[in-house]
Parts: sequence; structure tokens; C-alpha cells
Amino acid sequence: MTYTPIEIPVDSTTKAELRRGYNADGTKATRVKKRLTSRTATVVSLVIAIIWVIPTFGLLISSFRPEELIKTTGWWTVFENWGWTLDNYSEVLFSSSSSAPQLGSYFVNSIAITVPVVVFATVLAAMAAYALAWIPFKGASILFIAIFALQIVPLQMALIPLLQMFTTWLLPIQRAIHDVIPIIPDQSYIQVWIAHTIFGLPLAIFLLHNFISDIPNELVEAARVDGANHGQIFLRIILPLSVPILASFAIFQFLWVWNDLLVALVFSGGTADVAPLTQRLAELTGNRGQEWQRLTAAAFISLIIPLIVFFSLQRYFVRGLLAGSTKG
Amino acid sequence: MTTADLIGKIVQLVAGIAVFVAVIGLILFFIDKAPKRGRDVLQLLLFLLPAVILLAVGLVYPAILTAVAAFANRAGEFVGFDNFVWMFTQPEALITLRNTVIWVLLVPTISTIIGLAYANFIDRSRGERIYKSLIFMPFAISFVGAGIIWKFVYEFRPAGRDQIGLLNQILVWLGQEPVLWLQSPPANTLLLIVVMIWVQTGFAVVVLSAAIKGIPAEQLEAAELDGTNGWQRFTNVTLPGIRGALVVVVTTISIATLKVFDIVRTMTGGNFETSVVANEMYTQAFRALEPGRGSALALVLFVLVLPIVVYNVRVLRQQKEIR
Repeated sequence: MTYTPIEIPVDSTTKAELRRGYNADGTKATRVKKRLTSRTATVVSLVIAIIWVIPTFGLLISSFRPEELIKTTGWWTVFENWGWTLDNYSEVLFSSSSSAPQLGSYFVNSIAITVPVVVFATVLAAMAAYALAWIPFKGASILFIAIFALQIVPLQMALIPLLQMFTTWLLPIQRAIHDVIPIIPDQSYIQVWIAHTIFGLPLAIFLLHNFISDIPNELVEAARVDGANHGQIFLRIILPLSVPILASFAIFQFLWVWNDLLVALVFSGGTADVAPLTQRLAELTGNRGQEWQRLTAAAFISLIIPLIVFFSLQRYFVRGLLAGSTKG
Repeated sequence: MTTADLIGKIVQLVAGIAVFVAVIGLILFFIDKAPKRGRDVLQLLLFLLPAVILLAVGLVYPAILTAVAAFANRAGEFVGFDNFVWMFTQPEALITLRNTVIWVLLVPTISTIIGLAYANFIDRSRGERIYKSLIFMPFAISFVGAGIIWKFVYEFRPAGRDQIGLLNQILVWLGQEPVLWLQSPPANTLLLIVVMIWVQTGFAVVVLSAAIKGIPAEQLEAAELDGTNGWQRFTNVTLPGIRGALVVVVTTISIATLKVFDIVRTMTGGNFETSVVANEMYTQAFRALEPGRGSALALVLFVLVLPIVVYNVRVLRQQKEIR
């Protein structure tokens, strides 16, 4: 007796499950599961998970404790030494005394640095990736490989000359503009924006190219037959179809720029006008390494945005990560 | 921060994006209106050139300058291999190199092993997604933040007083004397390495877990029917099945580790024999004003990464040929 395979109208998860050999009610799946996860494995993974969370948890608890308690007792004794406060947060964010961290200003800087860079890098990379994938020209694959290789070159290689270039070319222009139109400050984010955009491009082009070159040829061909030029194909077909990978990369870039310290140290000048949170935090650990009531609250303020982005957009983030690493 | 400052910053943000959008709009306009003759070339250039020019001017050209500067002194005169001689003879510089080697040996190995074990243990267990989120979370945190978190764990109070750092408290509970961890080599370097492992293991877990899920259940079941135990299935079915992912994880973490800077900077500032190449590069170039030495250290980083670049490029070319 021969079977004719039939296509069952089911959703994609079920289809994947069917293909991988376990059925919807999960009997086979649970059987496999039972055999694969032993009790020891569960205990070990639980222990690892707890060890991984405890340091952050301790910091969070401590940031809500009054100064005297943080400095004299461990956070694990919080039940014996009861006491909670929001003073640490209000002090690091809003206090205007000169010794206070004044994080509010740096927080705004972090946003003002990160958001434009994400836009710049994503758009420029999408255009380049489209050209590499869909406009045939000699040397396309060599250029792509060169860009891929750049992704791994340590950015330390570029720091010193890039800073010199900014000082000789960009700074005079900024000053000149500032002299003509005084509202535009001569200390601005431009250097940090450009540096971050450049350093983000190789990974961006690589990720987006992998995705964009996999878009079915028929779609692009059909548009071309209809008389669309490259600009129209890019805007109307490629961009809308690439939204998932654009989102993935944007999250990547957001976290990387928000969390960066090195580029900020070199290109921001270190003042409250431009420098981001990370730089201020690094300063605080250096100068006031014992002021734990400030450090804990300050650290948590710098973590909160990345953590929100991470937990709410984890799916996209993981997808980008896997697209980048399984293909490369 | 005054309100005027805040408004100024918001104006900069908006203006920056507006200028950028205008430029891109202009480029797309030219692409649209390109004359019929030589149209493809013009379109190609307009699409490609912004990114390529930025990379050439901002990354390739500076990298070449750095490579040249590695052979010059602070006045910019050619000094041959002096900077490298300094690096390989001065005791402090040697410690920096030694530490980098320790970092790059320990971090990828331990992160990958813990990550692999964890990914394997939680695979298809209940609450898998929560398990994964918990260990992956540090990956979203800045190294600076991670540095502060762990500095708090390593915090020291003299014996007899209440400890506020967890590590020393555990020692005290075990009847030991508390230790000034971050100032006592060689333990301090290992404790900094712990922070990097803490950050990178989540990455290993996520990638390896996805790879493990890609192994067909039939293979595992077939192995099971053959009477293998869990360990044999792991070494004979799972491991070969995720080889590619393992290579990716190890190389990615190795590169990240070679470039590690922020953790050392925030936790010890590179003092107490904890410095690494990336940190020393910054110190020499931007603090000690020795760009030649800084460049030489950057060049060493590049040379260390080079084999990984070459390997990855070869893999990429093979993949492109298969397509």
C-alpha cells in the first residue's frame, strides 16, 4: 500500500512540530523531554540561573537603601536592618550641588547620542546592502567580503587618527558655524554620531545583506519589468520586506551605542554637554568609588533603558543575533 | 541641567536627524531622476558611496595610519621597532600582554562550556524561556554597569566589621579573613574575568540553544534506541550537530574579550597588575600621550584578531560558493 502525502492546513508551528516528529498533543514531545532532562540537570541549571541573577538583584535592593545602611550592612541583611528610601535616585538624578552626579543631563545625552546613530547606521547600511545584493557590478562580492572583514577589526585601530581628523577638519567648521549662528553650540554630538555610525556600519551591512539578498528574485524582477528603478524597488519592496531585520539591527545598535564607553571617552570631550551616562558612571567609580548609595542608584538608572529594550524586544534581538552568527 | 540646555539638546537631536533625512531624500531624488545613459552606474554609486566613503575615511584610512604610527615616537619620527621593544621588555607592558592571554584563554572556554551545559540542560524543559532570559540579561547591560555590579560583590570591609560585599561575606561565613580582592594580584585579574564570563555566557546559551533545537529529534531517538546513555548522545549526536555554532560562539567571544576595555577601566583602572592590551592602548594614547605606543598596542590587537578574520572570511566564501 502506498501513501499519497497530503498537505494539511495547519499553522506553521504545528507544521514544524509535525516535521520534527512529535504531534500536537505533545505525547512524543513530552517523552523526549522526560528522557533528556534529568533531575540533576534541573538543579544545576537552577543554581546557575540564581548565581547569574544575584549580583544584579543585590545592586537593585541596595539602591533603595539609605546611605548608612548600605555602607555598614550587607543587602542580604535587609530584613534585620529594615529601611527603604528613594533619596539615592532623587540625589543622583536631580541634585544640582556640584559634587552630585547630576545624571539627568547625561541621561539626555545618552538618548541624544543613541537615537540618531541608530537611524543613520540603519539607513546607510540598508542602502549599501541593497546595492551589494541587487545591483550587479564587478567586485561586488570582494567588496562585501572586505566590509565583513572590517567588522572584526578592532576599533582601537581607528581611534587616534579619527580623533585627529575630527580636530583638524570638523572642529574648525563647527566653530565657524557657531560664530555665525551662536545658537548652534560648538560642542556638539556630531563627532560621537559619526564615529558610532562608522563603527556600526560593517556589522549592519553584513546582517542586512544576508537578509536582503534572500528576498525572492521574482518580486524584484516583477517590479523591474513594471519599469521601477532602483530607488523605487528599494523604497517600495526591499524596505517593507526587511522590517524584521531592520528592527533586529536597530536594537543591536541601540544597546551597543548606549552601553559604549570607549568611543564616548575618546570623542565626547567628557563634559555634561555631550558625554553619555556610561562615561559619568566610570568617573563616579573612579573618584567616589565608596559612595555606594550613589553608585548603586546611578548604575541602575543606566541599566533600566537597555533592560526595557531587551525584555520587550528580545525576540527581534535574538533573531538578529542568530542571523548574524549562524550565517557568519 | 537647565531647561535651556535640555531644549538645546533636543534641538540638536531633531536637527541632526532632519539634516540626515534631507540628505538621504536628496540622494533618492537623484536616483529617481538619473539620466537614462549610465543610469545603473550612477544609481549604484549613490546607493553605495555614502557607506563606503564613511568606512574608507573613518575606518580603513585611520587603521592604516595607526599601523604606520606604531613605528613612530611621540614626535612622529620613525623609530623602527622601539615601541614593540618597549612592549615586550618593560615589566608592566609584559604583564598587560600576559593578562590579555589569560583573558582570551579563559573567557571563551568557560563561557562556552557553561553556556553549552546550560543550553543542553534547559532544552525543552519547563520555563525554558525564563531560564534563557535570566542568563542572557547581563548581555544587555553595559560593561560599566556590570563593573559596578561586581565591584559591589567584591567590596571589602576590614575583619570584624559587617561585610557589604557578598564574596567577602561568604568567606567570613566560612570562617576566613576578608580579602581586598581587587587589589590583590593575581586573584583580581581572575575576578575581572568572572565579570566578562558573566556577560558572555548568555550569548553562548542563546546561540547554542538555537543550534541544539536544529538537531532533528529522530537522530536523538535513533541513538536512544541504540541503547546509548545521555552523555554518549551528547558527544555523538549533539556536539557534531552544533559544531558550526560552537565555532561562531568561541570566535565571537574571543574577539569581544580581546577588545575588552570597559570592565578593566571601571573596576581597577588597569592598576594592581590587571591591565589588558585594549586598556593600555587607551592609557598610552590618550592619557600618557604616547600615540606611538598606543598604536603599537592597537596593532598587536589587530594581529591577534587576524587569524579569526581570515578563518571567517574563508567560511564566508565557501558559503557564497554553495549558494
